[in-house]
Formats: sequence, structure tokens, C-alpha cells
Amino acid sequence: MLIVIALLPFIGALVPGVMIRAGRNACATFTAIPTLLALVMLMTLAPQVMDGGVVRAELEWLPQLGLSASFFLDGLGLLFASMILGVGLLITLYARFYLSGDDPMGQFYTYLLLFQGAMLGIVLSDNILLLLIFWELTSLSSFLLIGYWKHLPEGRQGARMALAVTGSGGLAMIAGMLILGNIVGSYNLTDILAAGDLIKSSEWYLPALILILLGAFTKSAQFPFHFWLPHAMAAPTPVSAYLHSATMVKAGVFLMARMWPALAGTDAWFYIVATTGLVTMVLGAVIALFKDDLKALLAFSTVSHLGLLTMLLGFGTEAAAVAAVFHIINHLTFKAALFMTAGIVDHETHTRDIKRLGGLAKLMPITALIGTVAALSMAGIPLFNGFLSKEMMLEETTHTVWWGNPWIVPALATFGALFSVAYSLRFIFHVFGGPVRDDYPHHPHDPPAGMWLAPALLCVLVVAIGVMPFLATPIVNMAASAVTGVPQDGYLKIWHGVNPALFMSIAAVAGGIVLLMIHRPLDRVWAVMPRPEAKNIFDRLMGWAVSATRWLTDATHNGAISRYLAIFIVATVALGYVAWSGGGISAPTRELLPVPPVVAIGWFLLVVATGSVVIMHRSRFRALVIIGIIGLMISSGFIYLSAPDLALTQISVETVTIMLLLLALHFLPKQTPKESGALLRLRDGVIAAIAGLGTASLAYVFMLRDIDTISGFHLANSKTGGGGTNVVNVILVDFRGYDTYGEIIVLGIAGLAIFAMMDALLNGPAARRLRNLDLSSDRSRDRHPLMMVVATRVMMPIAVVVGVYIFLRGHNQPGGGFVAGLVISIALLMQYMASGFVWTQRRQQIEYHTMIGWGVVIAGLTGAGAWLAGKPFLTSGFDYFHIPPIEEFELATAALFDLGVFLAVLGSVMLMLYSLSRMARTAGETVNLEPMDFDPADRVQNEQEAK
Amino acid sequence: MNHWIIAPVILPALLAPIIGFVMRHDITLARAASVAGSLGLLGIALGLAALAAGGQTHVYYLGDWPAPFGIVLVLDRLSALMILLTASLALIVLLHAIATGWDNRGRHFHALFQFQLMGICGAFLTGDVFNLFVFFEVLLIASYGLMMHGGGRDRMRAGLQYVVINLAGSTLFLFALGALYASTGTLNIADLAAKLPLMPVEDAALVRVAAMLLMIVFAVKAALFPVQFWLPGTYANAPAPVAALFAIMTKVGAYAILRIHTVVFGPDIPATAGMPDTWLFIAAVITLAVGAVGVLGARRLLQLVSFSVLASMGTLMLAVSMFTPEATTAALYYLVHSTFAAAALFLVADLVVERRRNDGLTALPPIPQNGLFAALFFGAAIAMAGMPPLSGFLGKLLVMDVLRSPDVMVVGWTAILVGSLVVIVGFARAGSVVFWKSTAIPADVDDPGTAGVDAAPAERADFAQVAPAAFCVAGLGALAIFAGPLTGFLEDTSAQLFDRAGYVSSVLGNGEEG
Repeated sequence: MLIVIALLPFIGALVPGVMIRAGRNACATFTAIPTLLALVMLMTLAPQVMDGGVVRAELEWLPQLGLSASFFLDGLGLLFASMILGVGLLITLYARFYLSGDDPMGQFYTYLLLFQGAMLGIVLSDNILLLLIFWELTSLSSFLLIGYWKHLPEGRQGARMALAVTGSGGLAMIAGMLILGNIVGSYNLTDILAAGDLIKSSEWYLPALILILLGAFTKSAQFPFHFWLPHAMAAPTPVSAYLHSATMVKAGVFLMARMWPALAGTDAWFYIVATTGLVTMVLGAVIALFKDDLKALLAFSTVSHLGLLTMLLGFGTEAAAVAAVFHIINHLTFKAALFMTAGIVDHETHTRDIKRLGGLAKLMPITALIGTVAALSMAGIPLFNGFLSKEMMLEETTHTVWWGNPWIVPALATFGALFSVAYSLRFIFHVFGGPVRDDYPHHPHDPPAGMWLAPALLCVLVVAIGVMPFLATPIVNMAASAVTGVPQDGYLKIWHGVNPALFMSIAAVAGGIVLLMIHRPLDRVWAVMPRPEAKNIFDRLMGWAVSATRWLTDATHNGAISRYLAIFIVATVALGYVAWSGGGISAPTRELLPVPPVVAIGWFLLVVATGSVVIMHRSRFRALVIIGIIGLMISSGFIYLSAPDLALTQISVETVTIMLLLLALHFLPKQTPKESGALLRLRDGVIAAIAGLGTASLAYVFMLRDIDTISGFHLANSKTGGGGTNVVNVILVDFRGYDTYGEIIVLGIAGLAIFAMMDALLNGPAARRLRNLDLSSDRSRDRHPLMMVVATRVMMPIAVVVGVYIFLRGHNQPGGGFVAGLVISIALLMQYMASGFVWTQRRQQIEYHTMIGWGVVIAGLTGAGAWLAGKPFLTSGFDYFHIPPIEEFELATAALFDLGVFLAVLGSVMLMLYSLSRMARTAGETVNLEPMDFDPADRVQNEQEAK
Repeated sequence: MNHWIIAPVILPALLAPIIGFVMRHDITLARAASVAGSLGLLGIALGLAALAAGGQTHVYYLGDWPAPFGIVLVLDRLSALMILLTASLALIVLLHAIATGWDNRGRHFHALFQFQLMGICGAFLTGDVFNLFVFFEVLLIASYGLMMHGGGRDRMRAGLQYVVINLAGSTLFLFALGALYASTGTLNIADLAAKLPLMPVEDAALVRVAAMLLMIVFAVKAALFPVQFWLPGTYANAPAPVAALFAIMTKVGAYAILRIHTVVFGPDIPATAGMPDTWLFIAAVITLAVGAVGVLGARRLLQLVSFSVLASMGTLMLAVSMFTPEATTAALYYLVHSTFAAAALFLVADLVVERRRNDGLTALPPIPQNGLFAALFFGAAIAMAGMPPLSGFLGKLLVMDVLRSPDVMVVGWTAILVGSLVVIVGFARAGSVVFWKSTAIPADVDDPGTAGVDAAPAERADFAQVAPAAFCVAGLGALAIFAGPLTGFLEDTSAQLFDRAGYVSSVLGNGEEG
């Protein structure tokens, strides 16, 4: 049942958003139903709790964390829950009439119910993690409600401020609660409350206390976090009445009361909580007197009263806790009524400025009556409930010694009470008192009953409790017992006899009246007095934070690749060094071999070539040529080290890439401009040199050591298991065919991606630039020379035969599909270069896209073919066949896989070429239909015809 | 041997070329095939998850070669979880891309998309470090293609950053593999895991370098400081649905660190003891800070979302850096959560930005269905910022809960909590400007004077466009509600991950018998 109560508002929240379509009354009714339902259910549980029982309900949620959806209802919970639901009902009624037709009412009620659920969750949680969840939910729903009038800047700013302040407190509280759970070993509230001594003696007590109090103080608007509350008044008045006076801001007080047995009673608790509360109470009361905005006055008065509650809880005595509980009830009744009154005044006169009001008593008597009763209670006048709890508070202060000083707390409390009287009376006299004015922005009269009914009901309570305090006695005792953990059976009464508190009260009332009389001159002094405006400070701080973070983000994430890479490399080298120096290395097992002169020369050339690239890299064409040379040197290195397969691959890859790069270079500037200063280049040079040296030394370390590797297995099983004597090829297509499969897919994707990118480029604004590109300067007049055309035509069949040969021998001799694909693409590339793309394209039957596709699919299907034999993917099969007159030969499925590789490689290279040629055509390259620009055969023919 | 293990790789690998090369002229056909493929993948992923939930480590010996000589695929709970995550995310993103027409703004979207899935699944399944490199290449090149989808100046520029940094990462990967092979003679994960504990620290310099370089390589993918610079620019400029898919890409890096630096260079390995966790922790804290700062300082909505992804990676890696089973459980929960949270944010941001026709965080006339988008954004944002009631809060609590040892607690908690606060404020500012302040501006579409061709009112989103994003947000709620059972599975997952002996014997056991 408890879980149902806790969830009802959340479930109910779905309804008003929909029911608004049925009209505003339906919407309000359907908001009230879940609230009413929950309240009724709560009341059925009430007798049990009143008898001192505790109702529990638990649902497993995240046991690994110690989070469970467990709820419990004790005296304190019951008090708060009924307050939340009861006021919720009244607010629902009030808001129905308060909101205008333009306001999205469904949204409002949805948010309101969400809040109600969250708030209810806080007071019913038996698990502090669960409590945290509801805690943060109240922050969020309050954010939504404050910002309800989206178009008002005050609403937005107030919402953000409230979220920032209460949100940060909530985050601090998370840490505090986790520490608390750590100390106790359980997140269960019941366990924690029982472990007060353990907690207070823990070394983590103070951090936990401070963090939790941060949460409570921010939520309950305690100094110096009080400033968000007045700005939250930008919310519609029902919200102010409900969240920002009656319930949500009491969550902090609730938490302190809830945690009272576990945390209170230490010096740290007293000095932090009581002092903060005292300061807040006095400060709030003083500021409230000088606020002209009705809601601002009430907001600061709320701050002051929250301070009062905090102070009482901070005293740490049972009697103070009783007073606190009583004042919670009283404050709720009169303050909610006052807010609703202020809302009515605003609604009727269209202003909340006290200086523009006055004399309303005659125009709207009902409202005036309600407002006066509630304000008198707030002032602490006898026969109203505010008086009772204020007396109890003053009484408690007289027993309080602060830092060895027995009179400072009572004095300050009286001082605060004095201001409290003053602003309460101001609310009465400056709004309702005085002569009727004729300059209200809107002529006021009493609102419909729906609007004044709710505050009137609260006023009845104010008077009832004020006159007959014994009515509230069982409730207060019940809640106070739950707070203190010790049964309380005190008796509330009006007359306590002549005691210090009475004199303090009299002093406060008298002083308050005097203060109100001299309000006008005081107000003038206040206006010229310099005082920190919290909103300005907050805004400036926020503005500063935003611009600082913006500057930082822009400065660091500015897209400078060279810097990103520099940081990357420096970090890598540094961390690599750290890693290296943390371990030892065994002695080298290999001798340095003698260096033959040829190798030395080759090495020297390689170094020179590399150095030349560095020096000449601004001239891109030259750099490209030298890079080609470096590639050839590396290939020779492979040959020298008896790795013919690698050499073959390296040469063909080198050729293809250089050719494609050359073609691409056509569209790029021929020079790389200098973009960085000498110092920067020096820095980059040093970084590059260190990284290079690091890499080289790493390689040097590898080469001096023998290690037992898995390659022995590959050598042993290549022929028997893979059917090939070329172990490199067998590794590629068999042992690690899956890697190759991945790599051909990489090639295929590259082809596709380049094609897609080029397509986007040529359909975008870049195409315009390309069309205007002036390439005439480096355009040859004989683009397709005769010699080259003839030579490539002759080469073509030879190259193709070589390619086929390389492909076929691959399994046993150096070669294979990859190299073959590259060789044939070189042959084709040459045709394109000789006679132009279009001419060649016309003679090209298979599309490149299809070729890549087939390649990947063939490789994949070959691999999958093994499934038919019940073997894993890519398991190869081979056999030897003898068909006369041909010699015995071998057929291997690996060859089929290699065919896939071949096709994918060929297709990808050609697709890249195709993309480049598309670019060339966009750039205005003319298209030739003839194989060569100048065909001597034509000339001979022409001459003959001429004859 | 169960052939389904390789299906998550083969299915997209066969489908992609067919879509790209056969169906490339008909977008409807390509869409149908792509959706069918993703549905198939999801089905397979569910099947594999059920298989893996049994607790056995399933090994697939490619080419029927024994480990460690051939390549193996390993399916355990962790890889099954990652595959399932990928498949679910992919389907959501795909439906969004189709509904919004993003897939038709350039060529080959669906082919590249399927190739991307193949690369991601391959990386999650492989039991071989070199093969991991190959799949890193596959997913890098495919993601580059996807990132550039649709073209445009800023996108090209950001794409260059992306590909350059990641190619540098790939190069470093090769160096690391060289160092690893030179010191151990193998690249099979199980074989490495069997050899590493035997290596004394006096002889471990090379292997330590390899471990560190590998961590940097994975950190590039996971976008950790100081190699995170590529992420904000890339994600903010990529087509938003692609950025949503990329939510899983950073997780590939996180997964690789979890796998390699737990199974191979685990915390109890003398050779590398104390090294990966220390540095990872520092990097994670700074990453979180960079992300949070970026969220507050962002000028554009997509940039803001990108930085929040960075912050979430920081939080995730904080948990990972503890290298304990409990911390890994928390990390995995956060991983699942942050993947969907990031995707949700990108999808919502896409719907919004497309209608505002402006990515800036400024007030513009309200778009149609402002309230709907505001609600979706609110949901996704509170999840990302770690506010209740969605999964972000639980994820954050779980991560904080495992950062309990006194030497990391203060720094770790401060980073997470202050980071959350900054992210919350950043999102609140952005959301209130985009969705609230806009309502204060009269829509000038009503004014016939200024209504030109460009000022045509933005289209209302239909169900198909909103559903994927809404589903993501709802999923985040479900993650929170079913946190208990999910975490139970994740506990088993991390227990299996930390059972190195079990992993080694599952993979190599068969191999030794021949």
C-alpha cells in the first residue's frame, strides 16, 4: 500500500497532460483524484502510526548497490506526507482558478504531480539512495515549475539558478550519503538511525555531516545559499505556495529532522546547524522588511522561518525538536495561505508592488481577512498558531549557550522576531490598510470562491490550532517522537506563565510596531546602503564560468591537427618511457652482424632520401618522387633479407599509391605553404626526432633478442595443412585468412568511401571552386602521346599474363592475389594514363563497384563454404589432380579466396582512379574519344586521301 | 563449434557489398535490405547472448587451426553483451536515419553502415590482438566514410582530424604489436594471458611498453585525455545519426582496455602491476573535466552533446581503471547506459537542429512540436547528466560506489560530482535557451513579408522520426527499472572476465590437443 501511495502521483502525472483536452475542470479534477486517493490510503494507515507503529514496504531494485525501493511510514513521514498531499489538494483547487486560459494547464498539473510524487518519495523513503533519487527529482520538477512561464527571462533564470544551487547541494549530499552508508554498512535508513553512536565516532563523521548539510541547506535556502529562493518566485504563485514555502524547501528541514538521531547532538552539528539557522533567520527577516514585491517579502520571510527551523534542530535538544515540528505545521498553514493571498492580490490588481497597493480591505474584504489572520500568525500574535511555536522557540534560545555566551542567541532571536513582526504588519497595513487608491493597474474585487477557499481553509487551521493547541498535540508528539527516537508526550498550551520568552515576545511585538512606523525613513536608508546582490554575483560568476570554459574549449579544441598530434606523440613517448623504465630488460642474445658495403650504401641512401623529404617537402611533387625512392629502398631491403613476397607487395603497392597520389596532386597546390613560425617548427622537429629515436631504439631492442614465436608452427604446417609451400601466402589466405578478409574489406570500403565522398564533393560548393580552378599552366599539350599509348598497349597483355602468373603461383611461390591485383591494376592504370579515362572506360566491361562486391562476396562465400563440410569459417581444402596431358596440379579453396582478394584489390584501385577522373572532368578536363591526341595513322590516311 | 559465433561479422560483411554494389541505385531496396540485416543481427545477437549467458566461454577456431596459431573468435558474456548492444543501437539509429532521410543525402550510406557493424562486431568477438587491429581498421575506414556522409566543408575538415588522429593511432597499434610480439612471440589473447604472469618484472620493459602503447591506442578510440581532441569536432560535425551510432565506437576502445588490460595485463600481473590503472585513472579524471568544461562552454547544440559524451567516457573509464570485478560491473552498467544516452541525445538534437536549421545555442522562433522535443531532450539530458529517475543516476552511483578506496575516493568523487554539476548547468542553459527562450520570440513565419523560400515552416515530425529517439529515452528508463537483473548479469560478466584461467583453458585447451 505504501508503495502504491508513493507511486500514485507519478502514475497520476500521466493523466492531466491528456485530460486537458477534456477541459480545464476535468484536468484539475483528474489531478486531484490521485492526490485524494493517496491521502485516503494514507489516512487508513494513520491510526497504526499514531499508535507508535511503523509501516514498511519493500521492493528489490538494485541489491548490488544496496538500493532498494523500500518505504516506511513513521510519525514524521506521516506528518509530512499528509502535509504534502493535503496542501497539494488545496493548491490543485487554487491553481484551477489562478492559471489563465493561455497557460498550458495540463503541463502544469503534470509537473505538479511529478513534484508531489518526488516529495512524497523523500518523506517515505527507507533507503537513503532512494531518498537521493527523490531528492534530485524534486530539484528537477522544481526547475520545470519555476520555468513554467517559459517566455519570461526571470522564470528561466530563476529555474536555472534554483537547479544549480539545489542541484549542487544534492550532489554533495550523494557523497555524504555514500560515506554514511560506508560507515554503517547499509543504506537502510532504519539501520542508519539506529547506528548514531557508530556514525558520530567515525573519522568520516565530519565530512559526511558537512556534505549532507550542504544538501539540506541548499534545499532549505539557508544562508549563504538562500538567494535562489526569492528568484524562484518567478514561478506561478501556486508553485510558490506549494514548493517554495510549504513543502520542497522543507525537505532540507525534513532531512535534518530525519537524520537527527544519527547526526545531531555533537558540537559540530550544533555550531554548523544552529549558527547557520540563526544567521539565516535574522538576515531573512531583515531583508523581508525592505522588499516591496509581495512575493519577495514572503520569500525572504520563508527563508527566515526556515532558518528558525534549522536553528531549532541545530540546538540538538528534544524540546527544540518538538518546537521545530510544531512550527513546521504552523508555518505551513499561515505561509501557504499568505502566498495564495498574494496570488489573489496579484491576480486582481495586476501588481505585487506594495508601494502601489493599499486600501484593499474595503475592496476585497474576504481576501483581506484571510491575509490578516495569516499574517498575524506569522507575526506571532497570541491566539494564532504562529505565536505558540514562536514562544517555544524563544524559550529554547534562552537555554542555549553559544561559544560560552548565554545571551547572544536569545538576543539575536528576539531581533529576528522583531523584524518578523514588522514585515508581517507591513503586509497587513500596506496592502489592505489605508485609504482606497484609484491608481491600481486593474480594479480589484474579491475573486471567485474557488480561489479563496483554499487559503480560507488554512486560516481556519491557523485559528483552530492557535486557540485550541491540544488539537495538534498528538500529531506533534507523534512526529517529534519519530524525530528524536524517544517517545514525546509533552503538552502544547497557550499560557506558559510569565517567563523570559514572554518578555522577548512582547519586546518583539513592540519593537516591530515601532519599526513599521519608521519604515519609510528606514527604507530610504536601506535603498542607499551598499549590499551584495546575490543574483548579480551569481550571474557574474556564471557568466565568468561560461566564458572561461568557452575560451578554454575553443583554445584547446581548435582543430589544429599538428598540435593534437604533437600532444599525442609527446604523451606517447613520455608514457612509453615511464613504462620502459619501470621494468628491466634481459641481455641481448644476438650479435650485431657485420654490415656489408652494399647495405651501408643502401642505408645511407635511405637516410639521405628521408632527409630530403624533410627538406623538400614544400615542393610536393619532388617530395612524392623521393617518397617513391624510399619505397623502392625498402623493397630492396626486403629482398636482401630474403622476403620476396614482401618485396613484391611493397613494390606494387608503392607504384599504385604513387601513381594515384600523382593524379591527386594535380588538383592540389604544388607547394606547401609555411603555416608555422620557426620556433613552432623547431618544437615539432624536436618532438619528431625524439619519437623517431624512441621508435628506432625499440626496434633495435627487438632485433637483438631471440624469442620463441608461433611462426615455427606455420612453417611446419604450411604444406601439410595449408597445401602451399609459400608460407607467407598460406598465412595470408589460410592461417590468418580472416585478417586478409578484413583487410580486403578495408580496401573495398575505402573505394566506396572515396566514391561517396567525391560524390558529395562534386554536388557541393566545392564543385564550383573546382570548375574555376585554373589548371592550364600545367597542362601538357600532348596529353596522350603516341609513344606512351603504343608502349602501354604492348605492355598490357604482358602485364596481364604476369599478373595471372603471379596469382597462380602464389600458393607455392612468391605472389598471390593481392600482388596480382595490384599488378593488373597498374597495367590498367597505364592505359588510363596513356589514353584518358573515357576512352579506356568504354572498353571496360565490368563495373568497379561490382568488382569489389564480387571480390568481397567470393572471399566470404569461400570461407562460408567450409560450413557445408561442417568446418569453421575459412577452413581450406585442397587436393591434387592429374588430368593428362597436364602435369599433376593442385586445386585449393584458398585460391578461390585469393581470387576474391584479387578482385577486391583491383576494383578498389580502379574505383579510386575513377573518382579522381570524375574530379578531373568537373575541373574542366576535356574528354578524348580517340586513343591519342595525335595519331600518325590519321595523317597518313589524310595525305593519301589528299592525293 | 557453433557457427553462429561468426555470424555477426559475416552477415553484414556479405550484405554490405550486395547493398553497395547491387542495390546502389535504389534507395528503397537498400533500406529494406539494411533494416532486414540489422534485424537479423539483432536476432543473432539475442541468440548469442542466450548462449553466452550459460557461462561457458565459446571459442571459434577460424580455418580450423588450433590456437594460438590461427585466429580465434571468443564469445563470452562480455562480447555477447557488446554485440547485443551494437545490434540494438544499430537498429534504432538505422530507423532514424531512414525516417529522417539522412541516408539519402549521400551515397552508400547503407553499405558503409553494414560494414561499420561488421567492424564493430569483429572487434568485440576476436580473441587475437592482430585481428583486433584489422577490425579497428575496418571500423575506422567505414566510420570515416559514414562521418563524411553528405559532405560539406566543416564535415570534411573535422573528418580529416578524425582520420589523421586515428591513423596515427593505428600506426601506434602496429608499434605496440611489434613490441608485444617481440617480447612474447604471440598475439593470441589467451596465449598472451598464459605467458604474461610468468614474465618477471626484471625482463618486462618491452612488454610494459607494449601494454602502455596499447592503452594509448585504445584511449584514442575511447577519446581519453590527451588523445581526446578529435572527438568533439568529429561528433559535432558528423551527421547526427552517425554520431549516435558512434556512441558505440568509443565503447570499442573501452571494451579493448577492459579485455586486454584485464585478461592480458591484469592487475595481478607482476610485469605491469599498477601501471595501467594509475595512468588510466588520471586520464579519466582529466577527460571528465574536459568534457564537463566543454559542455558548459559549448556554442552549438551538437558540440554540447559531443562534449557530454566525452564527460561520460571519463566517468566510464574511472570505473574501468579500478580493474576489479565490482568496478567492472559498474563500468559495464555505465557503458550500456551511456551508449543509449549519447544516442538519444544525438537523435533528439538531430530532430531539433534540422527543424531550427541552426545548430547554435541561440533563441530562434519556436519549432513545431517544441514541447515534444523539449521533453525528449530533457529526458535524454537528465540521463546523460546523471540525474534520476533514468539510468544515469544509478550508473553514477554505481561508479562512485566502487571508487571507495581512500586513495581514489576524494579525487574520483570530486571529479564525478563537480563534473555532473557543470554538465547539469550546461544542459540547463542550453535547454532553456533552445526550448524556452524560443517561445518568447514570435514566429516570423506568420509574417508574410519575411517568409521566403528558406523560411518555410519546419515540418512536423511524424511518428517514425520521433520513435527511435523516444525509444532510446524509454530504454534509459527501462535500464533504471530493471537495473537489478541487468546488474546481476553484468556481475556474472565481469566475474567471467576476471577468470583468466578459464579464458586461457577454453581457448588453448583445444589447441594443445591438436
